[in-house]
Amino acid sequence: MSGAALLHVRDVHVQLGGSHILQGVDFDVPVLGVTALLGRNGAGKTTTLRASLGIVPRTGSVSFDGTPLNGLPTFRIILHGIGYVPEDRDVFAGLTVAENLRLAERHAVPPRYDFVFDLFPDLKSRRRQLAGTLSGGQQQMLSIARALLNPARLLLVDEPTKGLSPRLVTETVAALARIAEDVPVLLVEQNLGAVRRLANHAVVMAEGRVVHAGPAGDLLADTDLTRRLLGVSCSHGVPA
Amino acid sequence: MSTIALLAITGIGLGGLYFLVAAGLALIFGLMRVLNFAHGAFLLLGGYFGWLLGAHLFGGAVTITNLQFVSVLIVATLTGAVLGTLTELVLIRPLYRREIAQVLVTVGLTLVIGALVIGIWGADPKPFPTPAWVHHTTRVLGATVPNSRFLLIGAALVVLIALQLFLRHTRYGLIVRAGVENRTMVSAMGIDVRRAFTLVFALGGAIAGLGGALAGVYFGAVSPDLGTVLLIDAFIVVVIGGLGSISGAALAALAVGLLQQFANYYVVGVGDLAIVLLLVVVLLIRPRGMLGAAT
Amino acid sequence: MLVLALVVVLALVPFLNLPTAGLLPDRLNAPGSLQLLGLCLVFGALAMTYDLLFGFTGMLSFGHALFFAAGSYTFAIAVNILHLSGPMALGLTLLVALLLPLVIGAISLRTSGIAFAMVTLAFAQASAVIVGQDPWHATGGELGLGVVYARLPEFLVGVVNTRYLYWISLGLLIIVAGVVWWVSGSVTGRVWQAIRENEQRVQILGLRPYTFKLLAFVTASFLAALCGIAYVLLVGGTNPAIISAQFTLTLLVMVVLGGAGTRWGALVGGVVYTFLDQRLVTVAGSQAMAALPAPLRVPLSQPLFILGIIFILVILFRPAGIVSLFRPTVGRRRRWPLRSRQARR
Repeated sequence: MSGAALLHVRDVHVQLGGSHILQGVDFDVPVLGVTALLGRNGAGKTTTLRASLGIVPRTGSVSFDGTPLNGLPTFRIILHGIGYVPEDRDVFAGLTVAENLRLAERHAVPPRYDFVFDLFPDLKSRRRQLAGTLSGGQQQMLSIARALLNPARLLLVDEPTKGLSPRLVTETVAALARIAEDVPVLLVEQNLGAVRRLANHAVVMAEGRVVHAGPAGDLLADTDLTRRLLGVSCSHGVPA
Repeated sequence: MSTIALLAITGIGLGGLYFLVAAGLALIFGLMRVLNFAHGAFLLLGGYFGWLLGAHLFGGAVTITNLQFVSVLIVATLTGAVLGTLTELVLIRPLYRREIAQVLVTVGLTLVIGALVIGIWGADPKPFPTPAWVHHTTRVLGATVPNSRFLLIGAALVVLIALQLFLRHTRYGLIVRAGVENRTMVSAMGIDVRRAFTLVFALGGAIAGLGGALAGVYFGAVSPDLGTVLLIDAFIVVVIGGLGSISGAALAALAVGLLQQFANYYVVGVGDLAIVLLLVVVLLIRPRGMLGAAT
Repeated sequence: MLVLALVVVLALVPFLNLPTAGLLPDRLNAPGSLQLLGLCLVFGALAMTYDLLFGFTGMLSFGHALFFAAGSYTFAIAVNILHLSGPMALGLTLLVALLLPLVIGAISLRTSGIAFAMVTLAFAQASAVIVGQDPWHATGGELGLGVVYARLPEFLVGVVNTRYLYWISLGLLIIVAGVVWWVSGSVTGRVWQAIRENEQRVQILGLRPYTFKLLAFVTASFLAALCGIAYVLLVGGTNPAIISAQFTLTLLVMVVLGGAGTRWGALVGGVVYTFLDQRLVTVAGSQAMAALPAPLRVPLSQPLFILGIIFILVILFRPAGIVSLFRPTVGRRRRWPLRSRQARR
């Protein structure tokens, strides 16, 4: 991968509950565009995101824009300018939409309410609603909005289209495409249609290691490679 | 009718006392998943420091003025707050992510503080200083009710309302509510959730300290076993109410206080048994308690 | 081999008329010393039974004291009130020791985690209330029961026969340790440890965790009741303190102090705790202590203060317990008996 890298991940290992989940993960996220982190279920994609953010204990090194993140607690890593949209959205169900967003506000950083409400107008009208009563798609919007309320220099997004209806997948992908014009994104995604639409770069994982990295277009164009690495043909499940 | 009124008001008063102990426990457990065994010790020291103030500054008088009484309550509250803060910073924080070790360390702290209290002040109960009006009675619905009951009810209500205001309308309240749901995600939003840990320990300790002084008022004295006795009742209240839920704790405290009073009236000495039974039944039907979140 | 030698030495203690340099109340084989040593052995054994639950199976029970007390009280009541002979009383106690945990375990194990801890606490608390209030005039209330020795075999009676009581305690410890060793090394024991590590995985393997947990609960409780019988003989009676939640916490402290889930650890913890708890009182009354300034003397004269401090230090700096001092690798592995399920959240 050429060009300046924003996020460097080198030799990251994670052991959880006696199993060795990540076994030396190496990859870079470039300063521009969307990097898709691909692989079958259980390959270690989500754990890679969580390990990079210090949510699960890890060894190895991760640096962000030249700053080493090793040993930092999660909140400090986030404050370096990383937005995180977790798997299953993880909005605070007992808090209202407005409270979920207010939680993201930071001292001395003006919150970008105009930006996120422009992106997701639905959220503005539902400010007083409890997040737990939102639909899956709306929760996804809230989760992304929460990560973008502060200016982010990198967005980590974990399976944003999981469990959404085809129409909502299209909407979410469109929103992410707009976001990616300004912010580099590291995207974990199973939906290859979404990957095709969004990704510039692809990193493929299998059994806790990176097995392929390169331009996303090349990977998706190579049917054999796609099938071998991801176990699916690339025409499968494409909504767009 | 008058008996029922007396039992009801005494039961609610007792429930108020339980709530003061249980509120902090519920907050701490909800946010940190730690059953804080040291909570009884917070209460104990709060009660003793309040008594100490009365014994030394106010010439050991058992009857003091309202202003002096307020200062006793403030000292007890501050004692609990300081102790709670220190506990979190010195003992709990180094054991981050090791929740069982955190519970165990609070068990150790209970032993230490309990032993210290006996060592310094002896095993005998110490009469607790109060203003005269606390021991007077008021007639309600034909019943002659000691004013200390109303004091407890009032204090519990004030704490309940203050806690709800804090949780609903402040930034840290928001962080605590979010943290009870999902701590990891709070950190992943760039918030140092450990500060909230210290805060709930301070807050819980403060309320327990106040509870210690008010327990001294209710029982007329403070004694070294005060913490342990109330802690077990408070555990039961917190579990019945649903771990982590303040309103659950308030409801359960009310239910437990009333049940205990009425059961004891109709069959002497059966009150403790009744609440234990209530606990078992609630847990078997709803393992997460009445208002427990389904995590 | 080492274990055998240790057992032989312990068995010979009543014949060893040695000075103890103030460690024990008297010369080594004097009745006072033998009773203290017996108590150490009984609580060492009791701590092992608690470790079977907490350390091996990962079940945090706050009601273990109930079963120890059940052994003590049933035996004492059988002798004093039901006027049964020694063997009959023993038989009745064993029956209760089996049925009580079966019933309470079957109910409590419908919950798990903190809820389980609380249900067991509730059962113990309810029993403590009944024992304390003594509605049927059987338990002696706050005072407890003294055993009526007239109904017991002669060799169990009187200060001169303390050595038999000591040997009974030693025999109890050997039985408990034997069962713990055997069962924790068996297939069942391995399933228990698997439940501790990951209960869901055990379920996926097609085993029913409930059955195995109930088995662990009944085994540990039954053995605890045996300890209760030895205790009542050794001390000559019961008291309500042994049924309190406090006492279960003491067991927890013993196990963690020694090292949970390591077999030896709980035994060492139980013996060390009991010894310090009993002997530090004497130190507190000593002249050297009286010479200390009050800020030092007052806390140091409280055994629970010292034990509590030691306990906290062990948790902070030696999470694998005292035994890890002798096996440094265990200490570094930081093996915690209970893996918190919320840890991932």
